[in-house]
Amino acid sequence: MTINPLYVISKGRYSPLRWFGVLFRQREVGLTVIILAIFIVMSFTSPYFLTWANMKAMLLSFSIEGIVVVGMTILLIVGGIDISVGSVVCLSMVVAGQLFLAGVDPWIASLIGLASASLVGVLMGLTVTVIGLSHFIASLAAMVIVRGVCMIITQGTPLSLFTLPTSFKFIGQGALYGVPFVIILFFILVAVFDVLLRKAAVFRKVFYTGSNERAAAYSGIRVARIKLMVTILTSTLAGLAGIIYMARLGSATPTFGVGMELNVIAAAVIGGASLKGGTGSILGAVLGVALLSIVTSSLILINVSVYWQDLIKGLILLAAVSMDHLMNKYRSA
Amino acid sequence: MSISPAVTPAQIQTPAPALRLSGICKSFGPVRALHNVSFELAVGEIHALAGENGAGKSTLMNIIDGIIKPDAGEIWVGGRPVDIRRPADAQRLGIALVHQEIALCPDLSIYENIFMAQINTAGKFWVDHDELRRRAQGVMDRLAPIPVTTRVGDLSLSQQQLVEIAKALTLECRILILDEPTAALTEPEAQRLFAIIRQLRADNISVIYISHRMGEIFSLCQRVTVMRDGCTVGCDELAAMTPDGMITRLVGRELTALYPAKRPSCQHREPVLRVEGLSDDRRFFDISFQLRPGEILGFGGLMGAGRTEIAQAICAIDRYRRGSVILNGQPVRLRHYCDSVARGMAYLSEDRKGAGLFLDMPIDWNISALDLTAISGGYGVLSQGAERRQAERLGLEVRLKKGRLSDPVSSLSGGNQQKVALAKVLSIKPTILFLDEPTRGVDISAKAEIYQILHGLAQSGVALVVISSELPELIGLCDRVLVIHEGRIGGEVRDAALTEQAIMRLAAGATASFTGATA
Repeated sequence: MTINPLYVISKGRYSPLRWFGVLFRQREVGLTVIILAIFIVMSFTSPYFLTWANMKAMLLSFSIEGIVVVGMTILLIVGGIDISVGSVVCLSMVVAGQLFLAGVDPWIASLIGLASASLVGVLMGLTVTVIGLSHFIASLAAMVIVRGVCMIITQGTPLSLFTLPTSFKFIGQGALYGVPFVIILFFILVAVFDVLLRKAAVFRKVFYTGSNERAAAYSGIRVARIKLMVTILTSTLAGLAGIIYMARLGSATPTFGVGMELNVIAAAVIGGASLKGGTGSILGAVLGVALLSIVTSSLILINVSVYWQDLIKGLILLAAVSMDHLMNKYRSA
Repeated sequence: MSISPAVTPAQIQTPAPALRLSGICKSFGPVRALHNVSFELAVGEIHALAGENGAGKSTLMNIIDGIIKPDAGEIWVGGRPVDIRRPADAQRLGIALVHQEIALCPDLSIYENIFMAQINTAGKFWVDHDELRRRAQGVMDRLAPIPVTTRVGDLSLSQQQLVEIAKALTLECRILILDEPTAALTEPEAQRLFAIIRQLRADNISVIYISHRMGEIFSLCQRVTVMRDGCTVGCDELAAMTPDGMITRLVGRELTALYPAKRPSCQHREPVLRVEGLSDDRRFFDISFQLRPGEILGFGGLMGAGRTEIAQAICAIDRYRRGSVILNGQPVRLRHYCDSVARGMAYLSEDRKGAGLFLDMPIDWNISALDLTAISGGYGVLSQGAERRQAERLGLEVRLKKGRLSDPVSSLSGGNQQKVALAKVLSIKPTILFLDEPTRGVDISAKAEIYQILHGLAQSGVALVVISSELPELIGLCDRVLVIHEGRIGGEVRDAALTEQAIMRLAAGATASFTGATA
């Protein structure tokens, strides 16, 4: 590229320190470094850590929840939040489970379960865009209402679904070439949404809307439509996770997913999504959810009591977000 | 902190100035807002502070009021060096600032707004509402007969401005700073304000008066300090100065160089836009006008007169109830702003930071926001290469001075931010452009460049509507000006009749016509 003399290059200062800063400003790089550091330390501490069995267990532990994190990240980018995801995961699970027990084909039952999750997204999205409530309030109400619906459907008792056909259980329990199907599905979804977010015009509008909703409206973007679309997407992905959980566990519990929203939001935020909207990436979200999972399994391997897990996860969240905030302040000063 | 200084022999001969600033410097990121500014305010004088937008007046006043911390420099109040860290410090020193922007709580009553600061500092647990109401009404009556229990949100913009002024007057201040207090006021309201300011002066209160209006400065003030590009150019007795001399000082060059030469008339061409009887029954009524290719039409009037609302209704950002919009002879009913954009009609917002730009986003992302199809291939897939090329091309067109296209827009100066906003509306190759305060908060050289660009656009056949509160801008740039008064077209001025006085009189509601030629 030729340099146009009309352009004044105002920031031509390149120093190693500056490069270091630029590198670390990318949340993904920082997270990768931290994850690698844990890997190195843990491989010396526990001989079991670097085995395929442990890797597989860790990947499995976050793959399904990771699908919900992908949706949550996109919703955070548009400037929203959804604390009903735990309930919605449960809803699609019990709807599909109950229908299956009533004799419906498991695939069709799952589609209906998924549709019920999407419907929650539609209603929440309309509450936000038409009535004008905040995402937080709308999803708080949805969290409670949907949990209540799950209780009503199941009458409060877990559904035993061990009669699910093997072909259906494959989604949650099967493996291709030794790799669990759940992990493959997760990475396919990650790849698809990563490309969409970077390349698709529709998803660029998600960033615009989250960065400055008024400016987006003044750029001819149908802000309400975008917000509605993303809200539905997040609920649908939560519903998908619910179906996979059902296939994996062979049961559907009306209390499943309680408190899941906090873990999911924490992972997305550690991955670089901001509650103010406008920033976030799928890769960051994956690394965020991976970090939380690796820390959990490492703590178990080094024999730290499970009672410490939440405390340590909370501290990681606090550290990640504080570091980001301070970095931004330093940059703008 | 005491206001009266210890008396020394030197001060008996020359009384200490009410306020003295020396060597004040302030930068915002790469932008140098103030450089080595010095300023002196005598006791009991009305001191004008003049300068173009972006010259640094507001930044300087915010430093005096403790809202912004200076990078360097000293502030002396009443002969003592002081350290003003927050607005409460300034208040204790007897400094009151009336901002140009209105910052009131719309859901509270007038008197609650007026005593907001005092409720905060009085240190009392209980609030004596009766007492506050009485005192507030006393102050408010001097400005306008409005009951102080009225909700501020129910007031007109000019009445809200008066509440802001009343708020400062109750602060028993020694130094009162008024930042463009008449921008939203009608003529009688402004006259009442001037009488009060003169009264304050008689009570030995010092006033810093910021205004763009020459007439006000010359009739009200004793001295003037002129600022340009973040520096003080000089301080003069107004008695020894002429308006022309002051304009030369303000601009730092001959004014004719600022505005491009007028283009030949384009009244023979078919209008691209006809607006007939447009009304939303609330903020604007019965608006009719025509716009021809290559024409620059001005919308003048006071802040809050309805100019922005009219433009936004035409572009379908906002709604209208009655009337019609006719594009190229075809009546259209646009449902959404994107329909307007698709027809080559765009609107540049007056609120650059709030509605015009995505400040945290890269420059190229901002420029492509209006029309993503221009940078995407099939199936809505974005091309980063096309996005960069478009940003490079349009950046060159608007003479954007920037680092990298991936830098956030917030790293640019006000003038260059505005150029990004301009590049954004140019990305759709518009035929009709509404430009709302296109040079607000822009330094003088960028301003001249923006005028050149707009002139070039008009010459290439784009029809422009310029909404501006700056009278010289309307006069220098526009072929004709429609003056909006309380939501209606108060009149049209053009050609030889296009003067500041004519626009001001129509803006204030005078009914006389100043039309030079018939339409």
